[in-house]
Amino acid sequence: MAASEAPPSAGSGGASGAGSGRAGQAEPNHGLRIFLIWLVVALAADLLIWFVWGPHLPPGDMASAANGQQFDIRVMAVMAAPVMALVLVYGAYAMIVWRHREGDDTDGPAIHGNTRVQATWITVTSVIVLCLAGFGTYELVNGQGAGAGEGPTAIWHPTGTKPLQVQVIGQQWRFTYRYPQFGGFETTQLVLPVNRWVQFNVTSLDVIHSFWAYQLGVKADANPGVNNIAFTKPTSTGRVVVRCAELCGLWHGAMFDYGKVVTDSAFMTWASQTRAQLADVTAMLPPYATTYDPTVIPNINKAMAKAGIVGANGYYYPPNDPVQP
Amino acid sequence: MSVPARVVTLVVAFLAVAGGASFLVINFLLSSPPVEAYTTAADGQVHVTMQEDPQNTVTNKPDWVSYFIKSPTTGQWVHTTLFQVPAGATVDMTILGYDGCTPLRNPFWSKVTGTIGNVADVNGKPTKAINSWSGCNVGHTFSIPGIGLNVPMATPSVTATLCSTSPCTSGPHEVMTFKFKVPTTPGDYFWQCRVPCGGGFIDGFGGPMQTIGYMTGNMEVVS
Repeated sequence: MAASEAPPSAGSGGASGAGSGRAGQAEPNHGLRIFLIWLVVALAADLLIWFVWGPHLPPGDMASAANGQQFDIRVMAVMAAPVMALVLVYGAYAMIVWRHREGDDTDGPAIHGNTRVQATWITVTSVIVLCLAGFGTYELVNGQGAGAGEGPTAIWHPTGTKPLQVQVIGQQWRFTYRYPQFGGFETTQLVLPVNRWVQFNVTSLDVIHSFWAYQLGVKADANPGVNNIAFTKPTSTGRVVVRCAELCGLWHGAMFDYGKVVTDSAFMTWASQTRAQLADVTAMLPPYATTYDPTVIPNINKAMAKAGIVGANGYYYPPNDPVQP
Repeated sequence: MSVPARVVTLVVAFLAVAGGASFLVINFLLSSPPVEAYTTAADGQVHVTMQEDPQNTVTNKPDWVSYFIKSPTTGQWVHTTLFQVPAGATVDMTILGYDGCTPLRNPFWSKVTGTIGNVADVNGKPTKAINSWSGCNVGHTFSIPGIGLNVPMATPSVTATLCSTSPCTSGPHEVMTFKFKVPTTPGDYFWQCRVPCGGGFIDGFGGPMQTIGYMTGNMEVVS
C-alpha cells in the first residue's frame, strides 16, 4: 500500500493523514475514506441505538418519568455515538493503513497542527455540548420534572386531573406510604393505579434517605423536615422495585421493598380495604402533614382540638435524643 | 547500632505492628456474637425466648439497651441477637420486656403485623396494637422487615423500678408471646427495634440500634 511507502506529509493535512506520496505514487484521500467509513458506522450505530437498544435502555418505559429518562438517554447516546465512532474509526484506520511495515524505517511526517481541523473540531464539539446542555435543561424543567425531587415547590406539575397524593416517609430502615386522599392511612405497601398522575411527597423522620422507585423513573431525596415533590404517571401495570439510594446506616442495603402498579379499579379496591384494615393504627397517627417537624405537629393538634376537630392523639417523635418519660 | 541489634529492633517493630493489626482485625472486624441455633421441638414449633433490658451490664457498654437470647442448649441468657431457625418452621416467640417505655417515632409501628393472626399476647391477652403515645406503653419493637413482622413490646408501669442488672432474672416485666412462619427460603433476615432508644445518639438511632448484639441482629434461616 502506498501509505507504507510514503507516510502522509504534514503539509497535506496531518490530522486526516492525507498527503502526497513519493514522486509518482498517488496518495489516496484518507480524509474522505475516514469520513465515509465513519458515516456508515455512525449511521448504523445510531439506528441500532434508537430502534434496537433504545427501547431496552434503563429505566424502561413503565411510567412517564421513566419513559422521559429513557428518551433522554437515547438522545444523548445517539449524539455521543458518532463522536465515539469517529475516534474508533480514526484509530482503527490509522492502525491498519499507517501501521509500520517490515523494512520501512522512514520517519513519519512532522505534523505542526492544522488550523482548519482544530477550528472545526472545537466548533463541532462546542455545538454538541451546548445543544446537549440546552436539551438537558429543557428536559429537566419541562420533562415532568425528570422524575427527580423538585423540592417543596415543584417547578413543573401536571395539568388537568388532580394527581394521586402519596406520601413517602423514610425511616431507618423502611419506607412507609401515606395516602391522604384515603383517610391518611399509612402502609408499607406502595400500590399505584395505572394511567393516573402520582405526586410523591417525600420526607424523612430521621436521617437522609433517598426514595428510588426504579421502574417509575423517580428518585427523590427524603430529608427530615422537607417535602420533596416528584411526579410520575405509571403507564403499564407491573412490579416496581423501591430502594433507598442514600447511605443511611447499618441496614441501608436492606432498605428496599416492592411496589406495584395495578388497574384503577384494583387500586380503589385495595385502597378502601386497606383503609378499613388499618383504621385502628390510623387513629394513632398524626394528622396528615407534608412534613412532621415536632415543633409543628403539636401545634396542629392543638389547633384541631381548639376547633373541635377530633384527630389523632400522637405525633411523630422529635428527631433528637430520646428522653425516658 | 550493631547489625544484630538492628535486626532485633526490626523484628520487634514488625511483630508489634503485625500484632496490633491482628488484634484489630480479630477483635473488631471478625468478632461476632454467638449464634443460638434453635431446632423444631416435639410439638412441631420452634420455641425462641428473648428478653430486652434497660441496660447491658455484661459488656463495656452498660448504658446501652439490649436484647438477650436464651440458649436452647444451656438455658442460659446469652448476650447476642443472632439466632438460627429451620426454614418453613413455625416460631413460637416469647420476649420478656424489662425495659421502660419510649414512644415510637412513627406510631404506625404500634400495630402488630406479620404474626399468625396479626396478633400478639401481652401477658396472655391477645393484642393487635399498642399505642405508645396515649399511655407510654411501648418499650421497643421486634421487627423483621423481610417478612413484614412487627411487634411492639409492652412495658412495665412507668413508675416501676426497672431491673438494673442484665440479663434480668427478676423485676417488673411484660411477657410478649406470638407466633410467625419462617420463610422457606434460607438466608439471613435482619431484625431491628423501631423505637429510637439509642439514648445519646443522633435521632436515637445510633449506638445499640446499629450494633449487632444489642438492638438489632439476624434471624438465620437454614434448610
